[in-house]
Amino acid sequence: MTSLPQSTEKKLGLVIDLDTCVGCHACVTACKGWNTQNEDTPLADMDAYGSEPVGSFLNRVHSFEVQPEVGPAQTIHFPKSCLHCDDAPCVTVCPTGASYKRVEDGIVLVNEDACMGCGLCAWACPYGARELDQDAGVMKKCTLCVDRIYNETLPEEDRQPACVRTCPAGARHFGDLGDPESDVSKLVAERDGMPLMPELGTQPVNRYLPPRPKDTWEEVDVLAPLLQPVAEEPKGFLGWLDKALEKL
Amino acid sequence: MHPAPSVILFTVLSGLGFGLLAFLGFGVPDVSGWVAFVFFFVAYALAVGGLMASAFHLGNPKNAIKSFSQWRSSWLSREAWLAVLGLCVMGVYAALLIFVGLRLPWIGAAGALLCVGAVFSTSMIYTQLTTVPRWHHWSTPVLFLLLSLGGGALLAGQSTLAGVLLALVGGVQAWVWWDGDQRFKRAGSTIGTATGLGDRGAVRLFEPPHTGTNYLLTEMVYVVGRKHAQKLRIIALICMSILPAVILLLLPVGHFMALLVVLMHLGGVFAARWLFFAEAEHVVGLYYDKR
Amino acid sequence: MTHHQPDLNLSPKVSDEVRQTTCYMCACRCGINVHMKSGKVAYIEGNRNHPVNKGVLCAKGASGIMQVNAPSRLRAPLKRVGPRGSGAFEEISWDEALEMATGILEPIRKEAPEKLAFFTGRDQSQSFTSFWAQGFGTPNYAAHGGFCSVNMAAGGIYTMGGAFWEFGQPDWDRTKLFMLFGVAEDHDSNPIKMGLGKLKKRGAKVIGVNPIRSGYNAIADEWVGITPGTDGLFILALVHCLLKAGKIDLEYLTWFTDAPCLVNSDPNSDEYGLILRDEEGRALVWDRIERRPRCFDKPDVCPDLGGTWVNEGIAHKSVFQLMIERYLSDDYAPEAVAERCGVSAGRIRKIAIELARVAFEEAFEVEQEWTDFRGKTHKTMKGRPVAMHAMRGISAHANGFQTCRALHTLQIILGTVEAPGGFRFKPPYPKPVEAHPVPHCKVTPGAPLDGPHLGFVRGPENLALKEDGTPARIDKAFTWENPMSAHGLMHMVISNAHAGDPYKINTLFMYMANMSWNSSMNTKGVMEMLTDKDENGDYVIPNIIYSDAYASEMVAYADLILPDTTYLERHDCISLLDRPICEADGAADAIRWPVIEPDRDVRGFQSVLCDLGARLNLPGFVNEDGSQKYDDYADYITNHQRRPGIGPLFGWRDEDGESAGRGAPNPKQLDRYIENGGFHVQHIPDEALYYKPWNKAYQDWAVKMGIYDVPQPYLFTLYCEPMRKFQLAAEGHGERQPPDHLRDRIKATMDPLPIWWDTNADNLGEEYPVHALTQRPMAMYHSWGSQNAWLRQIHGRNPLYVPTKIWEANGFAEGDWARVSSPHGEITVPVAHMAALNENTIWTWNAIGKRKGTWALEEDAPEATKGFLLNHLIHELLPPKGDGQRWANSDPITGQAAWFDLRVKVEKAEAPAESQPAFEPITSPVGTGPKVNRQKVE
Repeated sequence: MTSLPQSTEKKLGLVIDLDTCVGCHACVTACKGWNTQNEDTPLADMDAYGSEPVGSFLNRVHSFEVQPEVGPAQTIHFPKSCLHCDDAPCVTVCPTGASYKRVEDGIVLVNEDACMGCGLCAWACPYGARELDQDAGVMKKCTLCVDRIYNETLPEEDRQPACVRTCPAGARHFGDLGDPESDVSKLVAERDGMPLMPELGTQPVNRYLPPRPKDTWEEVDVLAPLLQPVAEEPKGFLGWLDKALEKL
Repeated sequence: MHPAPSVILFTVLSGLGFGLLAFLGFGVPDVSGWVAFVFFFVAYALAVGGLMASAFHLGNPKNAIKSFSQWRSSWLSREAWLAVLGLCVMGVYAALLIFVGLRLPWIGAAGALLCVGAVFSTSMIYTQLTTVPRWHHWSTPVLFLLLSLGGGALLAGQSTLAGVLLALVGGVQAWVWWDGDQRFKRAGSTIGTATGLGDRGAVRLFEPPHTGTNYLLTEMVYVVGRKHAQKLRIIALICMSILPAVILLLLPVGHFMALLVVLMHLGGVFAARWLFFAEAEHVVGLYYDKR
Repeated sequence: MTHHQPDLNLSPKVSDEVRQTTCYMCACRCGINVHMKSGKVAYIEGNRNHPVNKGVLCAKGASGIMQVNAPSRLRAPLKRVGPRGSGAFEEISWDEALEMATGILEPIRKEAPEKLAFFTGRDQSQSFTSFWAQGFGTPNYAAHGGFCSVNMAAGGIYTMGGAFWEFGQPDWDRTKLFMLFGVAEDHDSNPIKMGLGKLKKRGAKVIGVNPIRSGYNAIADEWVGITPGTDGLFILALVHCLLKAGKIDLEYLTWFTDAPCLVNSDPNSDEYGLILRDEEGRALVWDRIERRPRCFDKPDVCPDLGGTWVNEGIAHKSVFQLMIERYLSDDYAPEAVAERCGVSAGRIRKIAIELARVAFEEAFEVEQEWTDFRGKTHKTMKGRPVAMHAMRGISAHANGFQTCRALHTLQIILGTVEAPGGFRFKPPYPKPVEAHPVPHCKVTPGAPLDGPHLGFVRGPENLALKEDGTPARIDKAFTWENPMSAHGLMHMVISNAHAGDPYKINTLFMYMANMSWNSSMNTKGVMEMLTDKDENGDYVIPNIIYSDAYASEMVAYADLILPDTTYLERHDCISLLDRPICEADGAADAIRWPVIEPDRDVRGFQSVLCDLGARLNLPGFVNEDGSQKYDDYADYITNHQRRPGIGPLFGWRDEDGESAGRGAPNPKQLDRYIENGGFHVQHIPDEALYYKPWNKAYQDWAVKMGIYDVPQPYLFTLYCEPMRKFQLAAEGHGERQPPDHLRDRIKATMDPLPIWWDTNADNLGEEYPVHALTQRPMAMYHSWGSQNAWLRQIHGRNPLYVPTKIWEANGFAEGDWARVSSPHGEITVPVAHMAALNENTIWTWNAIGKRKGTWALEEDAPEATKGFLLNHLIHELLPPKGDGQRWANSDPITGQAAWFDLRVKVEKAEAPAESQPAFEPITSPVGTGPKVNRQKVE
């Protein structure tokens, strides 16, 4: 099981638009809510009301600042969950066979019934996508809501990951990145969707759409054509006004 | 990486135990009867004790038995097999040697190779991780094997060989520290590649995803003070390698001195192994602007 | 090697049942699907059909389950047994609690109803609670608008009959340039996020004007890191540029605004500066064709923007001419304002150009015929794709009201309000000032108040003053100090009650308002006022009754606690009479209903008021035979009629449930709402979708829906006549005269055309050079988030964010602490670096800091040890000026608390053991929460 499939029929994953994410954390708690209820064991919170609350989250939103060479600093909100890598190092290191990548759709999952909680898969993941639940002692990770996306008890429009369904800004897109004709693939093509840490060779399926260029407006001097004064003084202005009203 | 006591105990003790077993498998020292029993007892105590310590690292040890299933792909699974096989084969070898007085060299050699293989597998668990550039290097198995064999030789009473091996350990370790300090940079992952934002300007973390800590931070982002690390490196090098090698190669070694050297070496290896984990920077730290 | 994988059940049953109600994790009021399993709440997601959120849900909403199960929930009525503030209570029965409340309130009503001050904080049932207070007869009622965003609301209503959020929204589907001013990111949060998403999808441009580049400003294409409090000046510079270049919508100004209205220009007249009107009070304009003054609404009138009527030697000019005279002045030139605003002149001009370019060069027509109120039919609807939005960031300044008016002026001269692609009202708005009540304050012992408490004054005649000229209200709302305080001044209640100024009260009755912590300025002072005793050893504020669902900081300061339910255990109505959830395309209202029953001895506060109202024999709460009229709030929602046929809910009225808007009560109305997902929507007809204030089809539709009783088209008022009336009074005209010490200020600030003034000196800006702000994180709502085990992990403490310049000047490093001092106080708190920040501004997240012993947190929780409030630095009064007066730290027009005028200085400090000031722990009435949280329903 720990071996990766030669290829997968689909490459389901997320495309996250960094130009649109406002960093509201909606995806974080929608994910927590769905998965604490629907996984084998809940996503526990240790010291939940105490001095060091630490819980398992499958999706977290970081905030970065970028200081370009010219112009003001930019704030960029950065949600991060499992990228469902094609060459997922977390799968091959697993000694028990609990970690696997589904041949149907490429989703990387943990079978809690087989996990011994050694944590090696979390060590192997460059992205911090796996967290060992401190209560259950088993590894937790994004399932791409595999229990939603095919769930025939849900209306068809709800068959998407909880984080995508809840995202208020529409910054998260779900689909088959293996199909070049899919909406998500087209988005990636249009907006130069990028993989994270490509140098590690993990071939992540999820892609990030980079923020569009910011603060590109150049300063304008007094002679700008659109701001040509019609008059300097109120009196002259009234003359202009009279003519302008006449034309209406 | 978090220097968990369970994992430090596991790697250090099992490395030493398997090292000793390897020597015993090759008939070094050539012992039998109760003397052999004592040697084997020490070796098994170290190897098994180490393996038991590793169980404390597991979140869900009831599934530990399943770790034998993935030997085709997982170094941790291979390590489990090699360790158990090595212990079993050496067990047969030892039982015959101790209780029947029969030495079956081929079984001993096979067991010894399995034990060395177990240590190699352990080292490969770390070496395979591209996420920890300091570990992801051929020198990691070399150092683990040298340490295991050097410690094994020491326990096996092979003063000269041990002295030479431990001197080698010292050299390799010093180089590994020097080289290891540059590996993260060499590997090329930065906060810029981690976020894909590097070509826009200088990237820094503004707000972490949660104000408190989390599993990733406690497990993989262990920040050790540079000053303390340098001090500890020197202590480790002296205790693990330099002093033992000097004593073993240049001084007459009695039983008491041997015990002292063993303890000194063990202390040094613990310190070095603590540093092995504590100084290892995982790339996930980039997302937290921490290493 | 073959690949093996386990067989998964890909279609597990999600829940036994889905119950649809309305969220209350913030004030956004989204529709939610509550998934029930074994009778318990298992999972909460957004309701796709709901007009507000269309399926999406924010971080708070999606963690509602942790609020409903929060260990901080109060469990039973509490009676104080220790000293106030200690937190020592005993649980009592509801009978005892209600008898106790009646025992306190009954004599007050009989003798002096104004001795009850009833303020309801973040109440979402203000039309009900105000009705109760009106029945009681006290003038002292308001909710939290005065310390929230009254400038925005009042500025909008006085200018164009509505503002942002509940009042209106950008035309998200059509706008091409969106300008966002300092927004509080929880207000209208999901709709704004959804709207921004739409803009981004279309590649529309977003300009963010905010000293802090976080949240929505992070995704702004152009960020204007403006100096706090200078938004008005920046906006007027844009107005200057656009006017000077003639880049204004002359047609729009001519037909839909008061720009052509004639202003009495006779300095000797009692009506100097007021709009000239005919005998019926209708405004006059100069007719360009007939060359004589005519009523603005004549079918064939041709108003002249530049018109002047010379009458008896006096040249009466149009409003527009006054605007030209003011805003063409070089005082508003980009060069003149750049330094103060922290925005370069070239950048101001570029923004003006883009506004003009998009408004006029990217204008478009929507093929939709419509008829205006003068009877003129327009073949199309002209689109101007520039939209704006603002909230507390620009309004919580002492100059905030005028700044809000300036912003609306900018929108109006571009012709973007109610135009496709611009800003659109949501029913029941647009609604001119004339359609709103005026404030009422006449007290009669044993009888109800003479009318609604809050309203919009038209002039000095509507001030809430007693016959002797002293304030009628405890918060001094609608007085010369802040004449247009449309939402009351909740933030002044405790200090005024403590000072006995304007009079002493007997009982403070509050609902969901954390006044002894994050909802007050001068937090420590407020705690002292609440516990202060007089010379007889009695509390200065004799009785405090408080209702809350959770163990907040305020609980400890009450004598009697009436525990409220959580939002999933209660009935509520989000009513058109109140703050509804309408969209620009339709009117909508909604309900909450108990999707679970409380497992504690708690009751919905509104149901308690129904009971208490009957016990007190309040009109409207008892039947003719004296029996209780409404069993509970659900009964009230169904059967109450505000006017005949108009009730709290507008859907499914009449016995058969077939009427919308107007109709008799329907006993099955709530069931119909529940069947429909908890809400009701009526779509606006296509020909009525835009130009609503002047659109005949809209006006008729609004009457049908019960929004108005008669059509009331109106002109936007660039010139705010009520303000001029106060100036006239200050100049000595009229019977009601302000006290002398206020005359100059009224003359200076109540300018009928938007102005800007600097608040720097009042806040000792020379000595305290740094601006300090707070904003609310999107994942938290006020103090509520900390009791939520999931949300508190996201924001468990709040660093003070410091810009690069101040960071480097102080040699700060990660982990350092700073001492921050203001004219009023000092705090010592952890700092963090932020580069995308105005270089002279520091800020922190609001209401993360908690008092020890509250919210069921352990005493060493980071909220209590590292978290902090900026409130300690802010006082409800400005520093003394040496003129013998203590001026309020609020807008002189509306009384809006000027939170964001705060000035401080920052210096590096030794790290204390915990954030300073630190307070003694309160005894928790509910203990602390469990160590491990495993949220799963089996």
